[in-house]
Amino acid sequence: MEFLNQHIEEIYFVIFCVFIGIEVIANVPAILHTPLMSGANAISGVILVGAIIVMLRVPADDYLNLTLGGIAVFLGTLNISGGFFVTGRMLKMFNSKK
Amino acid sequence: MHAVIEVGYLIATVSFIGGLKFMSSPKNAKSGNLLAAIGMVLAVCLTFIAAVSETVPYLNLIIMLLAIAIGTVIGKRLSSKVEMTGMPQLVSLFNATGGGCAMLLGLVEVNQMNLATALLGNKILLMAGLVTGAIALTGSIIAERKLAGKVKDNRSKTVIISARLLLTSLMVLPVLFFIGVIPISFPVFLYVLAVIAMTYGVLFVLPIGGADMPVVISLLNSITGIATAFAGFVYGNKAMIAGGIFVGAAGILLTLLMCKAMNRSLMKVLAGTFKKGKNAADEQEQDIKEISISETALALSFAQKIAIVPGYGLAVAQAQHICGQLQQLLEKRNAQVDYIIHPVAGRMPGHMNVLLAEANVAYARLKEMDEGNENMPQYDTVLVIGANDVVNPAAENNPDSPVYGMPIIRAHQSKQVVVMKRSMGKGYAGVQNELFGFDNCSILFGDAKASLQELVNQLKLI
Repeated sequence: MEFLNQHIEEIYFVIFCVFIGIEVIANVPAILHTPLMSGANAISGVILVGAIIVMLRVPADDYLNLTLGGIAVFLGTLNISGGFFVTGRMLKMFNSKK
Repeated sequence: MHAVIEVGYLIATVSFIGGLKFMSSPKNAKSGNLLAAIGMVLAVCLTFIAAVSETVPYLNLIIMLLAIAIGTVIGKRLSSKVEMTGMPQLVSLFNATGGGCAMLLGLVEVNQMNLATALLGNKILLMAGLVTGAIALTGSIIAERKLAGKVKDNRSKTVIISARLLLTSLMVLPVLFFIGVIPISFPVFLYVLAVIAMTYGVLFVLPIGGADMPVVISLLNSITGIATAFAGFVYGNKAMIAGGIFVGAAGILLTLLMCKAMNRSLMKVLAGTFKKGKNAADEQEQDIKEISISETALALSFAQKIAIVPGYGLAVAQAQHICGQLQQLLEKRNAQVDYIIHPVAGRMPGHMNVLLAEANVAYARLKEMDEGNENMPQYDTVLVIGANDVVNPAAENNPDSPVYGMPIIRAHQSKQVVVMKRSMGKGYAGVQNELFGFDNCSILFGDAKASLQELVNQLKLI
Protein backbone atom coordinates (compact mmCIF):
# COMPACT_ATOMS: atom_id res chain seq x y z
CA MET A 1 0.00 0.00 0.00
CA GLU A 2 2.81 2.35 0.87
CA PHE A 3 4.33 1.47 -2.47
CA LEU A 4 1.17 2.48 -4.32
CA ASN A 5 1.07 5.71 -2.37
CA GLN A 6 4.61 6.53 -3.29
CA HIS A 7 4.20 5.68 -6.93
CA ILE A 8 0.64 6.69 -7.75
CA GLU A 9 1.86 9.57 -9.92
CA GLU A 10 4.04 7.22 -11.97
CA ILE A 11 1.17 4.80 -12.39
CA TYR A 12 -0.98 7.54 -13.91
CA PHE A 13 1.96 8.45 -16.09
CA VAL A 14 2.42 4.88 -17.34
CA ILE A 15 -1.24 4.58 -18.28
CA PHE A 16 -1.16 7.83 -20.26
CA CYS A 17 2.07 6.77 -21.97
CA VAL A 18 0.53 3.46 -23.05
CA PHE A 19 -2.36 5.25 -24.74
CA ILE A 20 -0.24 7.98 -26.32
CA GLY A 21 2.26 5.39 -27.52
CA ILE A 22 -0.37 3.19 -29.17
CA GLU A 23 -2.13 6.21 -30.71
CA VAL A 24 1.06 7.66 -32.19
CA ILE A 25 2.55 4.40 -33.38
CA ALA A 26 -0.62 3.03 -34.95
CA ASN A 27 -0.40 5.92 -37.43
CA VAL A 28 2.98 4.88 -38.76
CA PRO A 29 2.55 3.39 -42.26
CA ALA A 30 3.86 -0.11 -43.01
CA ILE A 31 6.47 1.37 -45.33
CA LEU A 32 8.28 2.86 -42.31
CA HIS A 33 8.00 -0.07 -39.93
CA THR A 34 11.68 -0.98 -40.05
CA PRO A 35 12.90 2.56 -39.27
CA LEU A 36 10.17 2.77 -36.62
CA MET A 37 11.50 -0.33 -34.96
CA SER A 38 15.13 0.70 -35.07
CA GLY A 39 14.20 4.21 -33.93
CA ALA A 40 12.14 2.83 -31.06
CA ASN A 41 15.06 0.57 -30.25
CA ALA A 42 17.29 3.62 -29.96
CA ILE A 43 14.76 5.29 -27.68
CA SER A 44 14.82 2.29 -25.36
CA GLY A 45 18.49 3.16 -24.95
CA VAL A 46 17.28 5.84 -22.53
CA ILE A 47 18.07 3.11 -20.00
CA LEU A 48 21.54 4.69 -20.19
CA VAL A 49 20.23 7.45 -17.92
CA GLY A 50 19.59 4.81 -15.29
CA ALA A 51 23.03 3.31 -15.80
CA ILE A 52 24.64 6.73 -15.25
CA ILE A 53 22.56 7.35 -12.12
CA VAL A 54 23.65 4.06 -10.59
CA MET A 55 27.29 4.66 -11.52
CA LEU A 56 27.19 7.84 -9.43
CA ARG A 57 26.57 5.84 -6.31
CA VAL A 58 29.05 2.99 -6.73
CA PRO A 59 31.96 3.40 -4.29
CA ALA A 60 35.26 3.95 -6.14
CA ASP A 61 36.80 0.82 -4.62
CA ASP A 62 33.99 -1.54 -5.60
CA TYR A 63 35.70 -2.76 -8.75
CA LEU A 64 33.21 -5.51 -9.63
CA ASN A 65 30.26 -3.14 -9.71
CA LEU A 66 32.28 -0.42 -11.42
CA THR A 67 33.10 -2.87 -14.19
CA LEU A 68 29.51 -4.08 -14.52
CA GLY A 69 28.24 -0.49 -14.45
CA GLY A 70 30.84 0.56 -17.01
CA ILE A 71 29.72 -2.23 -19.33
CA ALA A 72 26.11 -1.16 -18.79
CA VAL A 73 26.97 2.43 -19.78
CA PHE A 74 28.85 1.15 -22.82
CA LEU A 75 25.95 -1.07 -23.95
CA GLY A 76 23.40 1.70 -23.40
CA THR A 77 25.44 4.16 -25.44
CA LEU A 78 25.92 1.60 -28.21
CA ASN A 79 22.15 1.08 -28.28
CA ILE A 80 21.49 4.82 -28.59
CA SER A 81 24.18 5.84 -31.04
CA GLY A 82 23.85 2.78 -33.28
CA GLY A 83 20.06 2.96 -33.23
CA PHE A 84 19.78 6.61 -34.19
CA PHE A 85 22.57 6.49 -36.77
CA VAL A 86 21.18 3.47 -38.55
CA THR A 87 17.63 4.86 -38.51
CA GLY A 88 18.95 8.10 -39.98
CA ARG A 89 20.74 6.19 -42.67
CA MET A 90 17.61 4.28 -43.64
CA LEU A 91 15.41 7.36 -43.64
CA LYS A 92 17.87 9.20 -45.83
CA MET A 93 17.15 6.65 -48.54
CA PHE A 94 13.43 7.39 -48.28
CA ASN A 95 14.10 11.12 -48.37
CA SER A 96 16.33 11.45 -51.38
CA LYS A 97 13.47 10.85 -53.78
CA LYS A 98 12.26 13.33 -56.35
CA MET B 1 19.88 22.35 -10.62
CA HIS B 2 17.32 19.70 -9.83
CA ALA B 3 14.58 21.68 -11.59
CA VAL B 4 16.73 22.11 -14.70
CA ILE B 5 17.25 18.37 -14.90
CA GLU B 6 13.56 17.63 -14.45
CA VAL B 7 12.70 20.06 -17.25
CA GLY B 8 15.37 18.40 -19.39
CA TYR B 9 13.69 15.02 -18.87
CA LEU B 10 10.35 16.58 -19.74
CA ILE B 11 11.76 17.95 -23.01
CA ALA B 12 13.31 14.56 -23.75
CA THR B 13 9.97 12.81 -23.19
CA VAL B 14 8.17 15.24 -25.48
CA SER B 15 10.87 14.81 -28.13
CA PHE B 16 10.32 11.03 -28.06
CA ILE B 17 6.59 11.49 -28.68
CA GLY B 18 7.31 14.05 -31.41
CA GLY B 19 9.92 11.84 -32.99
CA LEU B 20 7.53 8.89 -33.20
CA LYS B 21 4.73 11.15 -34.42
CA PHE B 22 6.88 12.42 -37.30
CA MET B 23 7.41 8.80 -38.35
CA SER B 24 3.89 8.78 -39.81
CA SER B 25 5.13 10.16 -43.13
CA PRO B 26 8.31 9.34 -45.03
CA LYS B 27 8.85 13.05 -45.66
CA ASN B 28 9.08 14.05 -41.99
CA ALA B 29 10.49 10.85 -40.59
CA LYS B 30 14.07 12.06 -40.82
CA SER B 31 13.40 15.14 -38.72
CA GLY B 32 11.54 12.92 -36.27
CA ASN B 33 14.59 10.75 -35.82
CA LEU B 34 16.77 13.81 -35.32
CA LEU B 35 14.33 15.25 -32.79
CA ALA B 36 14.28 12.06 -30.71
CA ALA B 37 18.07 11.84 -30.91
CA ILE B 38 18.45 15.43 -29.66
CA GLY B 39 16.07 14.72 -26.79
CA MET B 40 18.11 11.65 -25.90
CA VAL B 41 21.44 13.51 -25.95
CA LEU B 42 19.89 16.20 -23.77
CA ALA B 43 18.65 13.67 -21.20
CA VAL B 44 22.02 11.90 -21.07
CA CYS B 45 24.05 15.14 -20.89
CA LEU B 46 21.92 16.56 -18.09
CA THR B 47 22.23 13.35 -16.09
CA PHE B 48 25.95 13.51 -16.59
CA ILE B 49 26.22 17.16 -15.61
CA ALA B 50 24.31 16.35 -12.45
CA ALA B 51 26.96 13.72 -11.85
CA VAL B 52 29.82 16.16 -12.14
CA SER B 53 28.16 18.69 -9.84
CA GLU B 54 27.85 16.08 -7.09
CA THR B 55 30.89 14.66 -5.39
CA VAL B 56 31.47 11.59 -7.48
CA PRO B 57 34.83 9.80 -7.48
CA TYR B 58 36.91 10.61 -10.55
CA LEU B 59 37.35 6.94 -11.35
CA ASN B 60 33.58 6.54 -11.87
CA LEU B 61 33.48 9.56 -14.15
CA ILE B 62 36.43 8.39 -16.21
CA ILE B 63 34.92 4.94 -16.66
CA MET B 64 31.61 6.46 -17.76
CA LEU B 65 33.21 8.89 -20.21
CA LEU B 66 35.32 6.13 -21.72
CA ALA B 67 32.33 3.81 -22.03
CA ILE B 68 30.24 6.53 -23.68
CA ALA B 69 33.02 7.46 -26.11
CA ILE B 70 33.70 3.87 -27.16
CA GLY B 71 29.98 3.07 -27.38
CA THR B 72 29.33 6.05 -29.66
CA VAL B 73 32.19 5.24 -32.00
CA ILE B 74 31.32 1.54 -32.29
CA GLY B 75 27.62 2.31 -32.78
CA LYS B 76 28.43 4.71 -35.60
CA ARG B 77 30.81 2.19 -37.20
CA LEU B 78 28.34 -0.70 -37.08
CA SER B 79 25.50 1.38 -38.43
CA SER B 80 27.43 2.82 -41.36
CA LYS B 81 28.81 -0.54 -42.43
CA VAL B 82 25.64 -2.66 -42.39
CA GLU B 83 24.04 -3.89 -45.61
CA MET B 84 20.32 -3.24 -45.84
CA THR B 85 19.67 -6.98 -46.08
CA GLY B 86 21.49 -7.33 -42.76
CA MET B 87 19.30 -4.77 -41.02
CA PRO B 88 17.28 -7.30 -38.96
CA GLN B 89 20.51 -8.70 -37.51
CA LEU B 90 21.77 -5.25 -36.55
CA VAL B 91 18.48 -4.21 -34.97
CA SER B 92 18.51 -7.46 -32.96
CA LEU B 93 22.06 -6.77 -31.87
CA PHE B 94 21.24 -3.25 -30.70
CA ASN B 95 18.22 -4.65 -28.94
CA ALA B 96 20.50 -7.08 -27.13
CA THR B 97 22.66 -4.18 -25.92
CA GLY B 98 19.59 -2.43 -24.50
CA GLY B 99 18.56 -5.61 -22.69
CA GLY B 100 22.10 -6.16 -21.44
CA CYS B 101 22.22 -2.63 -20.07
CA ALA B 102 18.94 -3.19 -18.23
CA MET B 103 20.17 -6.44 -16.70
CA LEU B 104 23.53 -5.07 -15.54
CA LEU B 105 21.81 -1.99 -14.18
CA GLY B 106 19.70 -4.24 -11.96
CA LEU B 107 22.74 -6.21 -10.79
CA VAL B 108 24.66 -3.07 -9.84
CA GLU B 109 21.69 -1.27 -8.33
CA VAL B 110 20.90 -4.09 -5.93
CA ASN B 111 24.28 -3.56 -4.25
CA GLN B 112 23.73 0.19 -3.86
CA MET B 113 20.19 -0.06 -2.52
CA ASN B 114 19.55 0.05 1.20
CA LEU B 115 17.95 -3.37 1.39
CA ALA B 116 16.66 -2.95 4.92
CA THR B 117 14.50 0.05 4.04
CA ALA B 118 13.71 -0.64 0.39
CA LEU B 119 10.04 -1.26 -0.28
CA LEU B 120 8.94 -4.65 -1.50
CA GLY B 121 7.43 -3.00 -4.59
CA ASN B 122 10.75 -1.44 -5.53
CA LYS B 123 12.52 -4.77 -5.13
CA ILE B 124 9.97 -6.43 -7.37
CA LEU B 125 10.38 -3.72 -10.02
CA LEU B 126 14.14 -4.03 -9.89
CA MET B 127 13.85 -7.77 -10.28
CA ALA B 128 11.36 -7.47 -13.15
CA GLY B 129 13.64 -5.07 -15.03
CA LEU B 130 16.57 -7.40 -14.56
CA VAL B 131 14.71 -10.51 -15.70
CA THR B 132 13.16 -8.89 -18.78
CA GLY B 133 16.50 -7.32 -19.68
CA ALA B 134 18.29 -10.65 -19.40
CA ILE B 135 15.70 -12.40 -21.60
CA ALA B 136 15.98 -9.63 -24.20
CA LEU B 137 19.77 -9.83 -24.10
CA THR B 138 20.26 -13.50 -24.86
CA GLY B 139 17.05 -13.84 -26.90
CA SER B 140 18.19 -11.07 -29.23
CA ILE B 141 21.66 -12.55 -29.58
CA ILE B 142 20.19 -15.90 -30.61
CA ALA B 143 17.78 -14.13 -32.98
CA GLU B 144 20.74 -12.32 -34.53
CA ARG B 145 22.68 -15.56 -34.94
CA LYS B 146 19.65 -17.26 -36.50
CA LEU B 147 19.05 -14.41 -38.94
CA ALA B 148 22.71 -14.58 -39.90
CA GLY B 149 22.20 -18.29 -40.60
CA LYS B 150 24.72 -19.32 -37.94
CA VAL B 151 22.28 -21.08 -35.61
CA LYS B 152 19.63 -23.52 -36.81
CA ASP B 153 16.14 -23.99 -35.43
CA ASN B 154 16.04 -26.50 -32.64
CA ARG B 155 12.62 -27.91 -31.94
CA SER B 156 13.66 -30.86 -29.84
CA LYS B 157 11.42 -31.75 -26.91
CA THR B 158 14.28 -31.09 -24.47
CA VAL B 159 14.59 -27.47 -25.54
CA ILE B 160 10.87 -26.78 -25.45
CA ILE B 161 10.32 -28.49 -22.09
CA SER B 162 13.36 -26.86 -20.48
CA ALA B 163 12.18 -23.47 -21.72
CA ARG B 164 8.80 -24.01 -20.08
CA LEU B 165 10.41 -25.19 -16.85
CA LEU B 166 12.63 -22.12 -16.72
CA LEU B 167 9.72 -19.81 -17.42
CA THR B 168 7.76 -21.41 -14.60
CA SER B 169 10.70 -21.07 -12.23
CA LEU B 170 11.06 -17.41 -13.19
CA MET B 171 7.51 -16.92 -11.99
CA VAL B 172 7.54 -19.21 -8.96
CA LEU B 173 11.00 -18.50 -7.47
CA PRO B 174 10.33 -14.79 -6.76
CA VAL B 175 7.13 -15.70 -4.91
CA LEU B 176 9.00 -18.27 -2.83
CA PHE B 177 11.80 -15.81 -2.16
CA PHE B 178 9.57 -13.00 -1.00
CA ILE B 179 7.59 -15.19 1.37
CA GLY B 180 10.96 -16.13 2.84
CA VAL B 181 11.30 -19.77 1.84
CA ILE B 182 14.61 -19.31 0.03
CA PRO B 183 17.34 -18.50 2.56
CA ILE B 184 19.72 -16.41 0.43
CA SER B 185 20.31 -12.66 0.30
CA PHE B 186 18.46 -10.53 -2.24
CA PRO B 187 21.58 -9.70 -4.33
CA VAL B 188 22.53 -13.39 -4.59
CA PHE B 189 18.96 -14.24 -5.50
CA LEU B 190 19.09 -11.68 -8.32
CA TYR B 191 22.32 -13.18 -9.67
CA VAL B 192 20.62 -16.58 -9.77
CA LEU B 193 17.56 -15.14 -11.49
CA ALA B 194 19.76 -13.39 -14.08
CA VAL B 195 21.36 -16.69 -15.02
CA ILE B 196 17.99 -18.44 -15.28
CA ALA B 197 16.53 -15.60 -17.36
CA MET B 198 19.51 -15.56 -19.71
CA THR B 199 19.20 -19.31 -20.24
CA TYR B 200 15.48 -18.91 -20.84
CA GLY B 201 16.17 -16.21 -23.46
CA VAL B 202 18.29 -18.68 -25.42
CA LEU B 203 15.83 -21.56 -25.18
CA PHE B 204 12.83 -19.38 -25.96
CA VAL B 205 14.17 -18.21 -29.33
CA LEU B 206 15.86 -21.48 -30.41
CA PRO B 207 12.73 -23.40 -31.52
CA ILE B 208 11.17 -20.50 -33.43
CA GLY B 209 11.13 -20.99 -37.20
CA GLY B 210 12.98 -18.73 -39.62
CA ALA B 211 9.86 -17.28 -41.20
CA ASP B 212 8.51 -16.30 -37.78
CA MET B 213 11.53 -14.08 -37.14
CA PRO B 214 9.67 -10.79 -37.77
CA VAL B 215 7.37 -11.66 -34.88
CA VAL B 216 10.23 -12.55 -32.57
CA ILE B 217 12.27 -9.43 -33.31
CA SER B 218 9.24 -7.24 -32.65
CA LEU B 219 8.50 -9.10 -29.44
CA LEU B 220 12.08 -8.86 -28.14
CA ASN B 221 12.07 -5.17 -28.98
CA SER B 222 9.03 -4.67 -26.84
CA ILE B 223 10.54 -6.71 -24.00
CA THR B 224 13.55 -4.36 -23.93
CA GLY B 225 11.16 -1.42 -23.81
CA ILE B 226 9.35 -2.93 -20.86
CA ALA B 227 12.67 -3.57 -19.08
CA THR B 228 13.50 0.12 -19.53
CA ALA B 229 10.14 1.14 -18.13
CA PHE B 230 10.65 -1.07 -15.04
CA ALA B 231 14.04 0.52 -14.43
CA GLY B 232 12.51 3.97 -14.91
CA PHE B 233 9.98 3.10 -12.23
CA VAL B 234 12.74 2.16 -9.78
CA TYR B 235 14.35 5.58 -10.22
CA GLY B 236 11.09 7.48 -10.61
CA ASN B 237 12.56 8.79 -13.85
CA LYS B 238 9.80 9.82 -16.25
CA ALA B 239 11.95 10.01 -19.39
CA MET B 240 12.91 6.37 -18.86
CA ILE B 241 9.35 5.27 -18.15
CA ALA B 242 7.99 7.11 -21.21
CA GLY B 243 10.75 5.89 -23.53
CA GLY B 244 10.33 2.33 -22.31
CA ILE B 245 6.56 2.30 -22.60
CA PHE B 246 6.61 3.76 -26.13
CA VAL B 247 9.05 1.11 -27.26
CA GLY B 248 7.02 -1.58 -25.54
CA ALA B 249 3.85 -0.36 -27.27
CA ALA B 250 5.55 -0.15 -30.67
CA GLY B 251 6.93 -3.67 -30.25
CA ILE B 252 3.61 -5.20 -29.18
CA LEU B 253 1.74 -3.44 -31.98
CA LEU B 254 4.18 -4.70 -34.60
CA THR B 255 4.16 -8.18 -33.07
CA LEU B 256 0.38 -8.45 -33.36
CA LEU B 257 0.45 -6.97 -36.86
CA MET B 258 2.99 -9.54 -38.01
CA CYS B 259 1.03 -12.39 -36.43
CA LYS B 260 -2.13 -11.24 -38.18
CA ALA B 261 -0.35 -10.90 -41.51
CA MET B 262 0.92 -14.46 -41.20
CA ASN B 263 -2.34 -15.80 -39.85
CA ARG B 264 -0.53 -17.21 -36.82
CA SER B 265 -1.37 -16.78 -33.19
CA LEU B 266 1.37 -15.47 -30.95
CA MET B 267 1.15 -18.62 -28.83
CA LYS B 268 1.77 -20.84 -31.85
CA VAL B 269 4.75 -18.78 -32.94
CA LEU B 270 6.24 -19.00 -29.46
CA ALA B 271 5.60 -22.73 -29.28
CA GLY B 272 7.34 -23.15 -32.64
CA THR B 273 4.54 -25.27 -34.02
CA PHE B 274 3.11 -25.15 -37.49
CA LYS B 275 0.04 -26.73 -39.00
CA LYS B 276 1.36 -28.87 -41.81
CA GLY B 277 -0.25 -28.85 -45.24
CA LYS B 278 -2.25 -31.86 -46.36
CA ASN B 279 -0.17 -34.59 -47.91
CA ALA B 280 0.61 -34.69 -51.58
CA ALA B 281 -2.09 -37.24 -52.40
CA ASP B 282 -4.79 -34.70 -51.61
CA GLU B 283 -3.43 -32.18 -54.03
CA GLN B 284 -5.03 -31.74 -57.38
CA GLU B 285 -3.09 -31.89 -60.58
CA GLN B 286 -2.29 -28.41 -61.69
CA ASP B 287 -2.11 -27.33 -65.27
CA ILE B 288 0.90 -25.05 -65.25
CA LYS B 289 1.78 -22.75 -68.10
CA GLU B 290 5.39 -21.86 -68.54
CA ILE B 291 6.46 -18.54 -70.03
CA SER B 292 9.81 -17.60 -71.56
CA ILE B 293 11.81 -14.50 -70.79
CA SER B 294 11.19 -12.98 -74.22
CA GLU B 295 7.44 -13.54 -73.91
CA THR B 296 7.52 -11.86 -70.51
CA ALA B 297 9.51 -8.94 -71.91
CA LEU B 298 6.96 -8.59 -74.69
CA ALA B 299 4.04 -8.66 -72.24
CA LEU B 300 5.73 -6.03 -70.07
CA SER B 301 6.44 -3.80 -73.05
CA PHE B 302 2.74 -3.67 -73.93
CA ALA B 303 1.50 -3.21 -70.38
CA GLN B 304 0.41 0.21 -69.15
CA LYS B 305 0.05 -0.60 -65.48
CA ILE B 306 2.46 -3.08 -63.97
CA ALA B 307 2.68 -4.29 -60.39
CA ILE B 308 5.62 -6.08 -58.84
CA VAL B 309 4.98 -8.30 -55.82
CA PRO B 310 8.36 -8.80 -54.13
CA GLY B 311 9.01 -11.49 -51.56
CA TYR B 312 12.01 -12.35 -49.47
CA GLY B 313 13.33 -14.43 -52.38
CA LEU B 314 14.06 -11.14 -54.12
CA ALA B 315 16.25 -9.99 -51.26
CA VAL B 316 17.96 -13.37 -50.93
CA ALA B 317 18.90 -13.21 -54.61
CA GLN B 318 20.14 -9.62 -54.03
CA ALA B 319 17.92 -8.72 -56.98
CA GLN B 320 16.38 -5.49 -55.64
CA HIS B 321 18.78 -3.25 -57.58
CA ILE B 322 18.21 -4.94 -60.90
CA CYS B 323 14.50 -4.81 -60.10
CA GLY B 324 14.86 -1.04 -59.70
CA GLN B 325 16.53 -0.90 -63.13
CA LEU B 326 13.68 -2.84 -64.70
CA GLN B 327 11.25 -0.35 -63.22
CA GLN B 328 13.14 2.67 -64.55
CA LEU B 329 13.26 1.10 -67.98
CA LEU B 330 9.52 0.45 -67.97
CA GLU B 331 8.78 3.94 -66.71
CA LYS B 332 10.74 5.38 -69.60
CA ARG B 333 8.31 3.57 -71.85
CA ASN B 334 5.47 5.40 -70.05
CA ALA B 335 4.25 2.42 -68.08
CA GLN B 336 3.30 2.84 -64.44
CA VAL B 337 5.12 0.46 -62.13
CA ASP B 338 3.95 -0.10 -58.55
CA TYR B 339 5.25 -2.41 -55.88
CA ILE B 340 2.65 -4.17 -53.79
CA ILE B 341 4.21 -5.19 -50.54
CA HIS B 342 2.82 -7.77 -48.15
CA PRO B 343 3.42 -6.93 -44.48
CA VAL B 344 5.57 -10.02 -43.96
CA ALA B 345 7.78 -9.59 -47.02
CA GLY B 346 11.29 -9.60 -45.57
CA ARG B 347 12.82 -10.57 -42.27
CA MET B 348 11.43 -7.80 -40.10
CA PRO B 349 8.39 -5.51 -40.31
CA GLY B 350 8.76 -3.15 -43.28
CA HIS B 351 12.06 -4.69 -44.35
CA MET B 352 11.15 -4.92 -48.05
CA ASN B 353 10.38 -1.21 -48.21
CA VAL B 354 13.86 -0.40 -46.96
CA LEU B 355 15.45 -2.75 -49.48
CA LEU B 356 13.53 -1.14 -52.34
CA ALA B 357 14.22 2.38 -51.09
CA GLU B 358 17.89 1.49 -51.17
CA ALA B 359 17.45 0.49 -54.82
CA ASN B 360 16.15 4.03 -55.47
CA VAL B 361 12.49 3.13 -55.80
CA ALA B 362 10.42 6.23 -54.98
CA TYR B 363 8.26 5.65 -51.91
CA ALA B 364 5.18 6.86 -53.77
CA ARG B 365 5.46 3.64 -55.81
CA LEU B 366 5.45 1.40 -52.74
CA LYS B 367 1.85 0.33 -52.15
CA GLU B 368 0.50 -1.41 -49.10
CA MET B 369 -1.41 -4.63 -49.58
CA ASP B 370 -4.94 -3.17 -49.19
CA GLU B 371 -4.35 -0.36 -51.65
CA GLY B 372 -2.84 -2.78 -54.16
CA ASN B 373 -5.78 -5.18 -53.81
CA GLU B 374 -8.31 -2.43 -54.42
CA ASN B 375 -6.73 -1.51 -57.74
CA MET B 376 -5.77 -5.04 -58.73
CA PRO B 377 -8.15 -5.47 -61.71
CA GLN B 378 -6.52 -2.45 -63.38
CA TYR B 379 -3.07 -3.97 -63.53
CA ASP B 380 -2.16 -5.38 -66.94
CA THR B 381 0.72 -7.47 -65.68
CA VAL B 382 1.66 -8.51 -62.17
CA LEU B 383 5.19 -9.81 -61.67
CA VAL B 384 5.57 -11.99 -58.58
CA ILE B 385 9.22 -12.25 -57.59
CA GLY B 386 10.33 -14.58 -54.82
CA ALA B 387 6.95 -14.64 -53.08
CA ASN B 388 4.62 -17.61 -52.83
CA ASP B 389 2.20 -18.04 -49.92
CA VAL B 390 1.25 -14.35 -49.89
CA VAL B 391 -0.36 -14.66 -53.34
CA ASN B 392 -2.08 -18.02 -52.78
CA PRO B 393 -5.85 -17.63 -53.40
CA ALA B 394 -6.41 -20.72 -51.25
CA ALA B 395 -6.07 -18.36 -48.30
CA GLU B 396 -9.43 -16.91 -49.28
CA ASN B 397 -11.37 -19.76 -50.86
CA ASN B 398 -10.15 -23.06 -49.43
CA PRO B 399 -11.04 -23.51 -45.75
CA ASP B 400 -9.00 -26.75 -45.65
CA SER B 401 -5.76 -25.01 -46.53
CA PRO B 402 -3.30 -24.23 -43.72
CA VAL B 403 -2.91 -20.71 -45.11
CA TYR B 404 -6.68 -20.13 -45.02
CA GLY B 405 -7.45 -16.81 -43.36
CA MET B 406 -4.13 -15.22 -44.09
CA PRO B 407 -4.49 -11.85 -45.83
CA ILE B 408 -3.11 -12.10 -49.37
CA ILE B 409 -2.26 -9.94 -52.34
CA ARG B 410 -4.95 -10.87 -54.89
CA ALA B 411 -2.63 -11.06 -57.87
CA HIS B 412 -5.05 -13.49 -59.55
CA GLN B 413 -7.56 -10.65 -60.06
CA SER B 414 -5.21 -8.81 -62.40
CA LYS B 415 -5.21 -9.36 -66.15
CA GLN B 416 -2.02 -11.40 -66.24
CA VAL B 417 0.29 -12.81 -63.60
CA VAL B 418 3.87 -13.89 -64.17
CA VAL B 419 5.44 -15.75 -61.24
CA MET B 420 9.21 -15.91 -61.19
CA LYS B 421 10.28 -19.11 -59.50
CA ARG B 422 13.39 -21.15 -59.15
CA SER B 423 11.53 -24.47 -59.17
CA MET B 424 8.11 -25.91 -58.36
CA GLY B 425 9.11 -26.05 -54.69
CA LYS B 426 6.55 -25.00 -52.13
CA GLY B 427 6.51 -21.88 -49.99
CA TYR B 428 7.08 -21.66 -46.28
CA ALA B 429 3.65 -23.06 -45.49
CA GLY B 430 4.41 -26.16 -47.58
CA VAL B 431 1.15 -25.97 -49.50
CA GLN B 432 0.29 -26.04 -53.13
CA ASN B 433 -0.34 -22.60 -54.59
CA GLU B 434 -3.71 -22.51 -56.36
CA LEU B 435 -2.62 -19.42 -58.23
CA PHE B 436 -0.34 -21.45 -60.49
CA GLY B 437 -3.31 -23.28 -61.94
CA PHE B 438 -5.22 -20.11 -62.85
CA ASP B 439 -5.74 -19.32 -66.54
CA ASN B 440 -4.16 -15.89 -66.30
CA CYS B 441 -1.06 -17.15 -64.50
CA SER B 442 2.17 -18.30 -66.08
CA ILE B 443 5.47 -19.23 -64.54
CA LEU B 444 8.92 -18.01 -65.48
CA PHE B 445 11.44 -20.53 -64.17
CA GLY B 446 14.95 -19.50 -63.19
CA ASP B 447 17.02 -17.57 -60.72
CA ALA B 448 15.31 -14.25 -59.92
CA LYS B 449 18.37 -12.11 -60.43
CA ALA B 450 19.47 -13.75 -63.70
CA SER B 451 15.94 -13.64 -65.11
CA LEU B 452 15.51 -9.98 -64.19
CA GLN B 453 18.84 -9.14 -65.78
CA GLU B 454 17.84 -10.94 -68.96
CA LEU B 455 14.45 -9.16 -68.92
CA VAL B 456 16.21 -5.80 -68.69
CA ASN B 457 18.54 -6.72 -71.56
CA GLN B 458 15.67 -7.82 -73.78
CA LEU B 459 13.49 -4.82 -72.94
CA LYS B 460 16.32 -2.52 -74.00
CA LEU B 461 16.16 -4.10 -77.45
CA ILE B 462 12.40 -3.97 -77.90
